[in-house]
Amino acid sequence: MSQLAPLAVGIPLLGAALLAAGHKLLGRAGSDLLALGLALASAVLVLILLVHVGSGLSIYWFGGWHPRQGLAVGIDFAVEPIGAALAAFVALLMVVALLYSAKTEGVEAPYYHVLMLTFMTGMIGFCLSGDLFNMFVFFELMSVSAVALIAYKVREQAAIEGGLNFAVINSIGAFLFLLGIGLIYAHTGALNLAQIGRTLSHYRNDRVVVVAFALIASALLIKAAIVPFHFWLDDAYAVALAPVCLLLAGAMSEMGLYGLGRVWYGVFGPVMGTQVHVVRAILVGAGLLTAVWGSAMALQQDHLKRLLAFVTIGYVGIFLTGLGLLTADGVAGTGVYVLADGCGKALLFALVGILQHRFGSVSQQRLHGRARGLRVTAAMFFAGGLLISSLPPFGPFLGKSMIEDAANKVGYGFVPPLIVLSSALAGAAVLRAGARVFLGWGEPSQQDAGGADEQTEPETEGQRDRTPPLMLVSCGILLAGTIGFGVWFGFADLAETAARRFISGSAYQAIVFGRAVGRIHATSASPAWYDWLYCGGATLLAVGFAALGLFGRRWGAGKLLDLGQRAMTPVRLVHTGRIGDYTAALSLGVGILGGLLVVTLR
Amino acid sequence: MSVFPYLVAAWLLGIGLWGVISSRNYLHLIMCLTVLQGSTYVLLLSVGYLSHAKAPIFADITTKSRVTDPIVQALTLTDVVVEATIVAMLLALVIQANKRYGSIDPDEMRRMRD
Repeated sequence: MSQLAPLAVGIPLLGAALLAAGHKLLGRAGSDLLALGLALASAVLVLILLVHVGSGLSIYWFGGWHPRQGLAVGIDFAVEPIGAALAAFVALLMVVALLYSAKTEGVEAPYYHVLMLTFMTGMIGFCLSGDLFNMFVFFELMSVSAVALIAYKVREQAAIEGGLNFAVINSIGAFLFLLGIGLIYAHTGALNLAQIGRTLSHYRNDRVVVVAFALIASALLIKAAIVPFHFWLDDAYAVALAPVCLLLAGAMSEMGLYGLGRVWYGVFGPVMGTQVHVVRAILVGAGLLTAVWGSAMALQQDHLKRLLAFVTIGYVGIFLTGLGLLTADGVAGTGVYVLADGCGKALLFALVGILQHRFGSVSQQRLHGRARGLRVTAAMFFAGGLLISSLPPFGPFLGKSMIEDAANKVGYGFVPPLIVLSSALAGAAVLRAGARVFLGWGEPSQQDAGGADEQTEPETEGQRDRTPPLMLVSCGILLAGTIGFGVWFGFADLAETAARRFISGSAYQAIVFGRAVGRIHATSASPAWYDWLYCGGATLLAVGFAALGLFGRRWGAGKLLDLGQRAMTPVRLVHTGRIGDYTAALSLGVGILGGLLVVTLR
Repeated sequence: MSVFPYLVAAWLLGIGLWGVISSRNYLHLIMCLTVLQGSTYVLLLSVGYLSHAKAPIFADITTKSRVTDPIVQALTLTDVVVEATIVAMLLALVIQANKRYGSIDPDEMRRMRD
């Protein structure tokens, strides 16, 4: 069955090439259909793999180069449940995105379709790859396609700048990744994750290992957009087409974290065992900072896509917090949260896309009260806002409560309140925007946040009278996903089992080298009463913050709001939009990460 | 094995980063990025280098000969290809910027937009 893994990558890649060659025969509708079919085929293949692999691990050796005498020199796809689930999520999200953009203007066949397919191929390949260098190659395939998709509306200056920012920062990340690979190869003579892990297990932790980890981790954190590596994200997501944003926000940011988990547990975790507390503290610290930073910045935005971009940053911060706890529970919670919340963020981007389609603008100020007639869209937008602020008992609630429990278990009691704060702020930003746009509440927002670019980008497409039904259907699917992951009985247990498999580097190595490993089955504790309190509280706080933002001045809390604005000024000013500044922040981040790891090395 | 190539790689990394940080021109910035990338080539190739070894092409030498590591050379080649795509994409964007706005100075472009 593992033979299906390369097909899941090969079919869309080959299809993309054929589409590029034969688009004249196909036309727009044919391109839509073919791309949709290819994405669906990938989704089905990966889903079959996911069901087949269960809690195990399925290896495919390219060219039949199996390990000989305990030495893995071949290149493999290593399909484990979390990677397969993420790959399936990517493919399904791509199906929804293509459905969403079918028949719309503003995208051109076949370029858009080809790029979307290669983008998906990169992400699926990254999820399945069991080889460090192949991870790098798929990482780059994903980046190159993403650059072209982000700068798709190349007539707009902001799109060019967003594309350049993304490309330069992510290329620097790629170079760091490669330097890390070079160092680890010099040290172990291997590129296969399992082989590197096995070789390293005979060594002691030393500076080369630590520096290689710092370089690779930085590269992956750049992709995930963790403070201080995050600056490229809002510039890029603000200009990308809505269907592209679905994938960027729903899946691409999470790829970096998945890669980080994979190299940590498969390669570095065992040998860096003495430093596990340091790594945990760094990752959780960076995660929490990102969570609060992103959400607080979201409240400052007028541009709806930029707002959602900062919400994305905030949530990736929470994901990193969960992953960074470095326990099975943390990984399981993050897995659930990524899927549920990924649907939620994609839903919100899709709805903003509808607003853009109808009114030709994504500025809260310009849209103030204009979308009163869009009842279904409005209902879904508010539902999305409540859901991502973790309204019990739906998907994001389940994921978040699992992360909070995991944090309490390792004695990080300060994590849950900060997560609550972050999701309350993010939820408030979304709900306040919804109330302004769909209900016309509050005064039209006056804030001039982060420079004048918030009012730019008049869409050339003008105003339209109706929303294409396919767009609404896509949004409905995403809403169902957000809700569904929470109420699906037994989903948490599956995630817990998958996470146990994910964190066991020794079992991974054993299977890669051809030994059988017993099945595992784990159960997850259901959310405790305080989880309901925390998450319900976050939703209530979100509603409260949103109301304060809308009516605060009328209620005489103007001083408080001004204070908040002033407190955020330095944070806003750091987001300069200059690649040079972003690179400086990035270098500082790499230095801090590497420095901390080297200094604490024993 | 000398430490010298590693110092060169570190140096290229450093000046490449500094170039990107201090650049006032997109074209210059992209060239700095390629300098930065040079550090990956140097590192990878020096990892696989052996003194007094032949190129790993077994057409006219015996399989027992002392050769340099072909893997890192393949990695470098892949790296060249992958990054050529990125640089091509970046240059295309810069051409667009120049065509439409007559400037490839990031600061000036931002001023125009503001």
